[in-house]
Amino acid sequence: MNLKDLSIREDRLAPGHRLCPGCAASIIARIVMLATDKPIVATCATGCLEVSTTIYPYTAWKVPWMHNAFENSAATLSGIETAYQVMKKKGKIQKDIKFVAFGGDGGTYDIGLQSLSGTLERGHDIVYICYDNEAYMNTGVQRSSSTPYGTDTKTTPTGKASFGKDQFKKDLTAVVAGHHIPYVAQASPHNYNDLLRKAEKAFATKGPAFINVISPCVPGWGYPSEKTLTMAKLAVETCFWPLYHIEDDVWILDYDPKDKKLPITEWLKTQARFRHLFKPENADVIKRIQEHVDKDWDKLKKQCGVK
Amino acid sequence: MKKAKEGWKELEDGGRIIVAGNSVLYKTGDWRTNRPVWDESKCTQCMICWLTCPDSSIPAKDKKRIETDFDHCKGCGICAEVCPVKCIKMKPETDFQ
Repeated sequence: MNLKDLSIREDRLAPGHRLCPGCAASIIARIVMLATDKPIVATCATGCLEVSTTIYPYTAWKVPWMHNAFENSAATLSGIETAYQVMKKKGKIQKDIKFVAFGGDGGTYDIGLQSLSGTLERGHDIVYICYDNEAYMNTGVQRSSSTPYGTDTKTTPTGKASFGKDQFKKDLTAVVAGHHIPYVAQASPHNYNDLLRKAEKAFATKGPAFINVISPCVPGWGYPSEKTLTMAKLAVETCFWPLYHIEDDVWILDYDPKDKKLPITEWLKTQARFRHLFKPENADVIKRIQEHVDKDWDKLKKQCGVK
Repeated sequence: MKKAKEGWKELEDGGRIIVAGNSVLYKTGDWRTNRPVWDESKCTQCMICWLTCPDSSIPAKDKKRIETDFDHCKGCGICAEVCPVKCIKMKPETDFQ
């Protein structure tokens, strides 16, 4: 479907929300909800998207929307979906309704992991979207399990004794793939056609579907607001954030930069949170990051059967 | 005459918000320091700016984009950055006062 035809669909996120200028979370939410013309019910985990779109007495959501707690957006949605299935069975609802949960990396990688895992295991017919901005941005940039190695955050400050976060990022997409659900994907907002296709597929899938989307954050990552999509693009081009999907346990690579794979420094040097890594004493940290990215990339290529 | 603020008696049970998308009443346009100036004559109507606007501030009508919604545009500059024909330019808001 081309963008012109898509533009006649109703935008499900209204303007006037209070996310930062240049925020990728609202771009992702808009693109995902444009991918279906069926009615949607949405839930949000606590996070930037939830807080900024629903400052009382306003809401930016044009769909039925619910927030419950930080950890249980998936569990809340699974309850709503079950109620819908029961009402459909009893003939009280005829409409075909889609269910989508949005969570940040805090509400998905860390705090919401158990409720997400339970929902996936029970096989509810839902779509879960994680917008991964790689830290707790809403509360002022604290590290999460998604924060990359060597990042400067409020809880992993840099200085003489520390080069930033000392742990590597959790591979949540692979964790979710371990649930053997029908559809898992990793996407980026800069490749909107890919994201649209994946969201369309996720909504069409019977059973749980999960999409992990990288979501550059202007204040948290430290770059000019117009560069949001460029940051996402660089993350993909350096193979820090590969685009792939897993359908019925078959891994498929969606984008391979081949010889044009950029060194990780191209992505790191654009952001203030990695600025300290370019000091001479931190050269080995960058080396370790590059080795880790290369190792993961080779592993993924093997898994996808790409040479 | 200024309308009195709604009291607690006018609130919905549980503080629900029953009007969908009523955030349009809140104008975020005054956050803007740079204004996207759109040159319609150069525009190819590819709709990429419409899709990637984080503030839903580029309205579409009959499969075409129309003038930016300056009541809500926060001036992030993503539209100017993604435009393949560079028909959107960011100009300081002070030029328009």
